[in-house]
Amino acid sequence: MPEILEKKTLAPKIHQFKFYAPRIVKKAKPGQFVILRANEYAERIPMSIAGLDKQKGTLTIVVLEVGKSTAFLGSLETGDVILDLFGPLGQPTEMGNFGTVVCVGGGIGIAPLYPLIEGFKSFGNKVITIIGARSQNLLIKEKELGSVSDEIICTTDDGSYGMKGLVTDALAYVLEKEKVGLVMAVGPVVMMRAVSDLTKTYAVKTMVSLNPIMVDGTGMCGGCRVVVDGKNQFACVDGPDFDGHQVDFENLLMRQRAYQIQEKNSYESYQCKVLNSVKVV
Amino acid sequence: MTEKPRMRRGMEVPRAKMPERDPQERACDFQEVPLGFTPLQAMLEASRCLLCQKEPCRLGCPVGVPIKDFMIAVASADFMGALRIIRDANSLPAICGRVCPQEDQCEKLCGLTKKFGSVSIGYLERFVADKEMENGNLEVPEIAPPSGRKVAIVGSGPAGLTCAGELAKLGQAVTIFEALHVAGGVLMYGIPEFRLPKKIVQREIDYLKKLGVKFELDTLVGRTLTIPELFAEGYDAIFIGTGAGLPVFMNVPGENLNGVYSANEFLTRVNLMKAYDFPNYDTPVMRGQKVAVIGGGNTAMDAVRCALRLGAKQAMIVYRRSAEGMPARKDEIHHAQAEGIIFHYLTAPVKILGNGDGWVTGLECQRMALGEPDSSGRRRPVPSPDSNFVLEVDTVVIAIGTTANPIIPHTTPGLGTNRWGYILADPETGATNIPGVYAGGDIVTGSATVILAAGAGKRSAQAIHKYLTELKESKVETVTA
Repeated sequence: MPEILEKKTLAPKIHQFKFYAPRIVKKAKPGQFVILRANEYAERIPMSIAGLDKQKGTLTIVVLEVGKSTAFLGSLETGDVILDLFGPLGQPTEMGNFGTVVCVGGGIGIAPLYPLIEGFKSFGNKVITIIGARSQNLLIKEKELGSVSDEIICTTDDGSYGMKGLVTDALAYVLEKEKVGLVMAVGPVVMMRAVSDLTKTYAVKTMVSLNPIMVDGTGMCGGCRVVVDGKNQFACVDGPDFDGHQVDFENLLMRQRAYQIQEKNSYESYQCKVLNSVKVV
Repeated sequence: MTEKPRMRRGMEVPRAKMPERDPQERACDFQEVPLGFTPLQAMLEASRCLLCQKEPCRLGCPVGVPIKDFMIAVASADFMGALRIIRDANSLPAICGRVCPQEDQCEKLCGLTKKFGSVSIGYLERFVADKEMENGNLEVPEIAPPSGRKVAIVGSGPAGLTCAGELAKLGQAVTIFEALHVAGGVLMYGIPEFRLPKKIVQREIDYLKKLGVKFELDTLVGRTLTIPELFAEGYDAIFIGTGAGLPVFMNVPGENLNGVYSANEFLTRVNLMKAYDFPNYDTPVMRGQKVAVIGGGNTAMDAVRCALRLGAKQAMIVYRRSAEGMPARKDEIHHAQAEGIIFHYLTAPVKILGNGDGWVTGLECQRMALGEPDSSGRRRPVPSPDSNFVLEVDTVVIAIGTTANPIIPHTTPGLGTNRWGYILADPETGATNIPGVYAGGDIVTGSATVILAAGAGKRSAQAIHKYLTELKESKVETVTA
């Protein structure tokens, strides 16, 4: 069973886990994802790969606690084991020389940018990285991403750090001053939609990494279907990267709300249980 | 037993009825529906066999179980002997006894079928397999000495499990690679507990482990490892039994609304992820009040009966042909009817309706009439003009079939497939165009049955064994030359 080699809490409710998974790491490429299942009761959760160490055979993922399964994952520590780690899944991000590439990350979507930036750099691109969060304490990985990018711009909604505003404000600034060959966006659906809307007006190719509701991750259930250029695609096998100018974001946003109520109830009752067990102790 | 049983009582004794749980009671839980025969019932039923010389029943069985011999053994109360007779031909008796379409196979050709009702061959197969489980001990057959050869099997559904069992008995070192976190394939994620209890599947898997078969779960061949990499890791032969995993959608408006599922997703959530026990288990599923399942096969019956058990007030089948055209097992249709499932025959969906928030509110359908026979021999349903109407529903499950998953063909250079993406394989041996690579089950034939997949797995096992034996000899030859 996969053991947690290292856990780091990067921000409130945001944790980084490193696993030893040589077989997955050997095959994994930037842009792919894994599915993990923490315990017998847990969901199969798709997670973008946030780091790969080919020599050591380790894989990094970053988890945001949003529901019961992710909260349980967040409660695990270095040395704990999870039941299942499965992958690599999906198509790798299409790499190549695009001249200047802007990598845009929002919230938890900042984490998987690291292997992407490394990849784009290895193809000789100039990489400008834009990362954004609601507030300074939620802005993760600035140093790490800055160390591999040519330039990094941070934004916060509340102006507590970097540029006050959204990642799209910073992106508009970059698009005005530079000729950009590709924009790669990873983050909340609304952010990826806003980025795609903006780059469309500049006619700059834009890829987005989608993370819809998914069960098996092998093309079997079709739960992750997204509309791209008017046709259904399965994010798990055809994606997760798609042309942002072709994605039906409205449908994606709607489908992401499918289990909102159930998930909220399940998370709340889990938190109650955790609180009660703490009291007993 | 030394005493010869009195046989050929099929004309005097009526076909036994399988005792079942009360429909009202069973529709509220996921426990198995049929209760099984008592030993006396089983012996009496087996004694109905006419002992036909030509054994038509056996000809109707895709794997050729010597049914007459097994009937004599059951009638003589030699239940374990009966099981050995079956196992020789079919390594999954507890499963096939439950899910085979017997009425289209062995029982269809039984000499008693027309006038008196066939011998209940399926129920008896189930009985002897369950008897062994009650006794506790799994009988492990003799295993040939290790051949020194390694075989990789991709997929742990009926084809892969059968192929693995046969090869292990022949002394080959077998490893099964499974993408999901449990072994069993469709037997685990697809067929619900009330039709095939998961402990029965688990028992077959434990049996293979006793034969020395290894399981590598969470391993997607084509991504985690590829077919060429398996050869590089030292496997001498590979069997691909991945099934027809990709769901087919209808391409009607509204299919991406919330509340629309493929049967694969709906059943996987319920069976594999145990969403019926949400929130104890974390994976949710929509518990629709009015659920329409589109299709008329076993998968559609499984899905609609799951929806009922999840609390639907109305669970219905929407099927474009008439009742006679339904491919589902008769037993399952009867069970569904007894449980109160509503059947809309000659009805085809044209559109899924939703509200402003993106949730399903209805299914617009049109009435069909039967036209000329099509390629399947069934009369083709044709739309009746101006017959559209709306079924008020909040959940729609699409169970109209599956197709081939492209991951393995895409990552195996040179592997031959047909234009639908199914792997081209010799029907007798399962050999593909790549030496040492065999394939069988739904990934070759398209969606079929458990027993057909098991039969393909078995034939491939024999072919792989022959291939490995010859491989050994040819290698020896090159050394001496």
